[in-house]
Formats: sequence, structure tokens, C-alpha cells
Amino acid sequence: MKTTLIDLTYLIAAALFIFGLKRLQSPKTARGGNQLAAFGMLLAVVATLFLHEIVTPIEMIAGLVIGGAIGAVLARRVEMTAMPELVAAFNGFGGLASALVATAEVARYLIPENSGMALAALLPAVEQVPFDVVQAITIVLSVLIGLVTFSGSFVAFGKLGGYITGNPVIFPGMRLLTLLVALGSLVSMGFVVAGADAFPTVADPVVWGVVALSGLALVLGVLLVIPIGGADMPVVVSLLNSYSGLAAAATGFVLDNTALIVSGALVGASGLILTRIMCEAMNRSLLNVLLGGFGGEAGDGAAVASAEGKTVHEATLEDAAILLAYANKVIIVPGYGMAVAQAQHQVRELADLLQERGVEVKYAIHPVAGRMPGHMNVLLAEANVPYDQLYEMDEINDEFATADVALVIGANDVVNPAARYDRNSPIYGMPILNVDQAKTVLVLKRSLRPGYSGIENELFYLPNTRMLFGDAKESLVKLINEIKNL
Amino acid sequence: MLDNLIIFVLAAFVGFEVISKVPQTLHTPLMSGSNAISGITIVGALVVAGMVGGTWSKWLGFVALIAATINVVGGFLVTDRMLQMFKAREQRAPAQAEKAEAATVS
Repeated sequence: MKTTLIDLTYLIAAALFIFGLKRLQSPKTARGGNQLAAFGMLLAVVATLFLHEIVTPIEMIAGLVIGGAIGAVLARRVEMTAMPELVAAFNGFGGLASALVATAEVARYLIPENSGMALAALLPAVEQVPFDVVQAITIVLSVLIGLVTFSGSFVAFGKLGGYITGNPVIFPGMRLLTLLVALGSLVSMGFVVAGADAFPTVADPVVWGVVALSGLALVLGVLLVIPIGGADMPVVVSLLNSYSGLAAAATGFVLDNTALIVSGALVGASGLILTRIMCEAMNRSLLNVLLGGFGGEAGDGAAVASAEGKTVHEATLEDAAILLAYANKVIIVPGYGMAVAQAQHQVRELADLLQERGVEVKYAIHPVAGRMPGHMNVLLAEANVPYDQLYEMDEINDEFATADVALVIGANDVVNPAARYDRNSPIYGMPILNVDQAKTVLVLKRSLRPGYSGIENELFYLPNTRMLFGDAKESLVKLINEIKNL
Repeated sequence: MLDNLIIFVLAAFVGFEVISKVPQTLHTPLMSGSNAISGITIVGALVVAGMVGGTWSKWLGFVALIAATINVVGGFLVTDRMLQMFKAREQRAPAQAEKAEAATVS
């Protein structure tokens, strides 16, 4: 009876997750959808606590309170610009939890006074025999995926937050080392699976197998993420998101728990979809991104050398102000530079000012602008830009031809026209925003430094391009004042 | 085991179906929201940590419980915080008032 009740509750929770995700299809219903999913989670937790007659409620409640407090404080305090690293960190905690639960499944057979009766009531499937070969496979998968997610997410966290370098980190023999660590993980997984039948009478192969696997998986997570550069992070974050779902699903197999399997599959699918969208937006295969080493920031010297013989048209503040104030239509193209300068509020202010003057203002958002999927959208939403002014690449690309000014703020590779025709360019074939088709392109940028791909952007040398050098935020503040004084 | 595999595959299909239609604007909330959902491991952590078992498994479960709760509570809260910022043009004025109100409450 109890098992049925608890399974039914899990079913309801899973259904609520699906409904919640479905409501994310529109910004109007999204908030309710998220709350619905949260309610589903609450149901699942409450049902587990009550129906399982959890034996040590004080420890349970302590764990929930500590974790809840940490999560709540992080969620409330974080700046919107720090969102990518926070998402990565939460991801990591999810992976860690999944791996630990699977490890605990092994650990709980190690103590002789382990009470079989309570176990039987909780997990009927593992009543007598601890686990068979198939279950051992699910356990090692859960540990592997969970811990790779954990350490990988925290490397991503470090890169996104600027705690470690955002450039690809590659050392000689790295690929070989990664391969060896992966092989080592497989071998230790084999040990656990092979030792499953004799467990727990002969515990050593399984225990040491899990310990070795844990260590290797942690190293593997680091090795997999560290060679990947900052601007490829949208792919990595999406992929780790997918992994955290798969880890939860694997843990669901271990515990024979449908709620975990369904939710894990949903999240796994969601992460994979985002990963695919991000890869397509960069015209690169997932493998190419994961092998890493792409781009990195080149020194200023290279750019200067190759820029010889080309003219840059620098705009004065006054030129730029007049250009914008007397335009009919302005399309704003934000990039990672806007996030770094935290200039989203000034962007909104400028847009408001222009709209008051009767200028039509739209925003063009490239799918991989920023450091995670939808990064620009969140920042602009924070600055109260209505989401219906934000256009996806395919929706707006034909409109650049009718725009008087394309205002590029801290974006680089996603507006490089070379991607369209230069077969030798590393970003050849990447879909870009057609800013060069606007009557004038106004670029707010710190310097002529090449973008993340390490190549210089010929957009900056086009006859219809005007450069306004400086920090995006400062430039915008000055521009706003200039336009007010016109 | 086979039943579970069937459930997994079907759920993945549902996931693909539902999530493919999420617009680019909401990709970040989608990620943090689905991330919170993957914190469902919290249920597993509760089961494991709450069992009469060895000290080891209890502590592993306890740490798992904390990590999963951070993921769940933090994930849903931060998603909610993001989503309340997304507003359409016409609803902007009242929604702003609502936000100010929410700010004074919290």
C-alpha cells in the first residue's frame, strides 16, 4: 500500500515536471511553470519523508535546512552577470549528489550490523542479494557520470567566474592522459561489476574499484573541461546540464526509483537539445568543441601587425550620438562584452532615449552570444527590456538591410562577415548576424583586439563601420549624455 | 530493469518533444530550471541517508542530501528570480510595481 502511494506521488511529481517544462515555452507562463515543477519536487520530498518512515529525521531535517539555506542565499545574492557560473555550480552539486547516493548504496553493505529488515521495507528489489551485475553497472555509471559532472562543472565555474583562466589550458600529452584516465575508469568499473556477485562477502574488489573510479572520474571531469575556451562555454554548460540529468537517471536505476529516472531523462534531453543548438550556432561539431584548444585570446601585437594597410574609421562621441539620434531604425547587437562591462542598464537607457525620439529600436541576439544559452536575454530582462523587443538571429537577419544603424556592443566573432565566405577562417560557415548590411555599423569596443577565435574582424575595417573605443559602459553613459544635449 | 529502461526512453522522448519548443529567450531559465529538476536525486539521498545502515553510508547520504538540496532550492529560486524579470512591453508598468512590492516583502 505504502509503496503504491509513494509511486503514485512520484508519478504526480514527474507529471508536474513535464507540465512545468511545457509552460517554459512562453515567457508569459514560464514563471508558473517553474513554480509547478518546484511544487512537484516538494511533493516528492514530503512523500519520501513520511511514507518511508525515515528513521533518523533529525539528520534529515538538518541536511535539508543546511542545503536549503546555502541554496537560497546563493540564489538571492548572485548578480545576474554571475548567472553562468552559478548555474554551473548548481549543476555540479546535482552530479555530486547522484554519485554519492550510488556510492552509499555500496557502502551500506559494509557494516555487519546493517539491519536487513528496514532495508527490505525501503527497497524491496535489493532485499537479499546486495546487487547483481546489472545493478553494479548502474552504480558505476552513476558514480562516473555524477563525479565527471561535479568536477567538470566546478572547472567551468572557475573559468566562467574568472577564478582560473578562460583560455584553453593544454599541455603536452594531455589527450593521451585523458585517454588513459578514461581507460582507467573503465577498468575500475570492470572491477566493480566483476566483483558484484561475491559482494559483500568479498568486498575489496568492489570497494577499491569504486574508490579508484571516484578518483579517476574527478580527474577526468577536470581534463575534459579545462582545454575548452571561454566562448565555447555555452556548449560545455549545456552538456554538463545534460550529464547531471543522466547521473540522476542512473541513480534512479540503482535505487529502482521511477521519479529519478523520468526527471533524469527529461533533464538529459533538455541539455542535449541545448548542446545541439549551441553547436549548430557555431557551425562546429560537438567533438570539435570537446577536443578543445579552439581560439584563446591572441596578443594585441598580432592584430596590429595584420591590420596594416587597412583603415579604421574612428567615430567621435558627437558623430555617434548624431548617427543614433537621427536614425529611423537601430538594431542593437549585444555580446559578451556587454556582460563583462555590466552595461545592460545603460543599453536599456539608451534604447529608451532613442525610442522617445521616435527611433525604432530592436535587439538582435545571436544564440551563442555570451557564456551560456540565453545569457543576453537574461541580462536584458534584468534591465527591464521587454522580451518582445529581442529577436532571434533568423527573425531579424533580413532586417539589417533596412536599419540605419547596427549598434554592436561587445560582440565580435558573431558579427564577422568572414564567416560567410572566407574558407580559411576558423569560423567559416558559422551563422552570423548580418550587421554589415546596415547603412552604418557602430561598434563599441575596447580595442581592435581579435575576438575569442583569435582572428581579426574585418567588420572593423569596412567603409560603413565606425568604431567608438572604450569601456562599453562608459561609452554608453557618454553617448546618452551627448544625445540628451542634442 | 527493462521496465525502467522503457520509462527512461519514453521520458527522454517526452523531454525532446517539450523542450525543443522552448524559445531562445528562455534558454537560461530552462537550463537552471531543468537543473533544479535533476536535483530529484534529493529523494534518493533521503532514502539512503535515512536508512539504518553503516556510518559510512549515512555520512555519504548526508553530504548527498546537502548537495542535492542546494541544487533543488537554489535552482528553483534563481529560476524564479530570473523569470519574474521577463516582461512583455504592455505589461511593463504594472509588473514593475509588482516587482517593487515583492522587493519590499522579501
